[in-house]
Amino acid sequence: MGGESATRITPGNALRPEDIALEVRTGLAKPTEDVAEYALRLGDDGLILAQRLGHWISRGPELEEDVALGNIALDQLGHARSFLTYAGGAWDKTEDELAYFRREHEFRSAAIFEQPNGDFAATIARQFIVSYYQFELYRRLTESTDATLAAIAAKAVKEVDYHRDHSAQWVLRLAGGTEESRARMIQGLKQMWPYVAELFQDDELTTRLTETGAAVAPSTLKADFDRLTGEILAEAELEVPVVPAAPGGGRHGRHSEHLGYLLAEMQVLAREYPGASW
Amino acid sequence: MIPTDSPTSQARPGTPVGVAPANAPEVSTGSTTERAWGLWEVFVRSSRGLSHVHAGSLHAPDAAMALRNARDLYTRRNEGVSIWVVPVDAIAASDPDAKGSFFESPQGKDYRHATYYTKSEGVKHL
Repeated sequence: MGGESATRITPGNALRPEDIALEVRTGLAKPTEDVAEYALRLGDDGLILAQRLGHWISRGPELEEDVALGNIALDQLGHARSFLTYAGGAWDKTEDELAYFRREHEFRSAAIFEQPNGDFAATIARQFIVSYYQFELYRRLTESTDATLAAIAAKAVKEVDYHRDHSAQWVLRLAGGTEESRARMIQGLKQMWPYVAELFQDDELTTRLTETGAAVAPSTLKADFDRLTGEILAEAELEVPVVPAAPGGGRHGRHSEHLGYLLAEMQVLAREYPGASW
Repeated sequence: MIPTDSPTSQARPGTPVGVAPANAPEVSTGSTTERAWGLWEVFVRSSRGLSHVHAGSLHAPDAAMALRNARDLYTRRNEGVSIWVVPVDAIAASDPDAKGSFFESPQGKDYRHATYYTKSEGVKHL
């Protein structure tokens, strides 16, 4: 790129969190309070999911699947780092301060991300929902009027496209496998589907940001999500689970009992030894 | 899709046999090997114009998953533009014990190399 542009933040570049940190530090990129809050939501989604998926390392059905889930976890962590770094620009906080030194009610992730892994099929069900949601979100967010959000989304959408494929392949195989695997897949979807509704709820923040073109209204993603997940479920000869929606509230800091335990494990080292590095 | 193991009568194609829990009842017609994922050899082409080169092997339940696993295991650092996966059963290999008769025969047959020959007088452009 050379000196042609003062900023590395363009959709064509493979954006790194370090680039965003630099732009935030030098004042080239500074999110508004609203944009920061929005970035915090997306960042927390990725962070919590990465922590959950990391648990599968050494526990997958085969070594190859450990690596696949580990890769997906690292992709999610990468997105989280970018979003949190950018969000921190509004409050003079680093990604680490946001990840390790916020308390449970300060996290803005939706409930599905903190759901326990369950068995492999439950994890695949969660991945299936989450990756189809994130793909639609990031695909549209590449057109955000906020250049940094657009650039993070442009990098993330390619990775999430693969996560979609990974989960769909497994939904098909588990559903079409043995009686046992099919029963587990159905159970996993039933377990995770109550948390779908929250992902597509608009609120004041997303409404304000949609008007400026910075964000995407979650409700507008639902039709494509339903259509595309519906196609895979139909191919797998599975029904879309009919289950009541869970209460939600994650976007405003109200979480299930699961998040506290997850955070305790994720944050303990940084809190026990502040500034530790290795 | 290339099946690695013959599926059992109770399983549909693409059965992820490896994900069955340890306490799952054994399929009566199946041997224990049917519960493991098949082995695949992976060939990666690093850029256009080069050949696919053997990169290693992996386990996968079928060809589609083998390609995805190969992508995760062997192209994480931008190594490839194309991947082939081959079920290990489909590869016929030379017998390592037959090394002598297979590979040592050319020894001493220098006349198979161009350098064995001396240039004849008057030959141009050589």
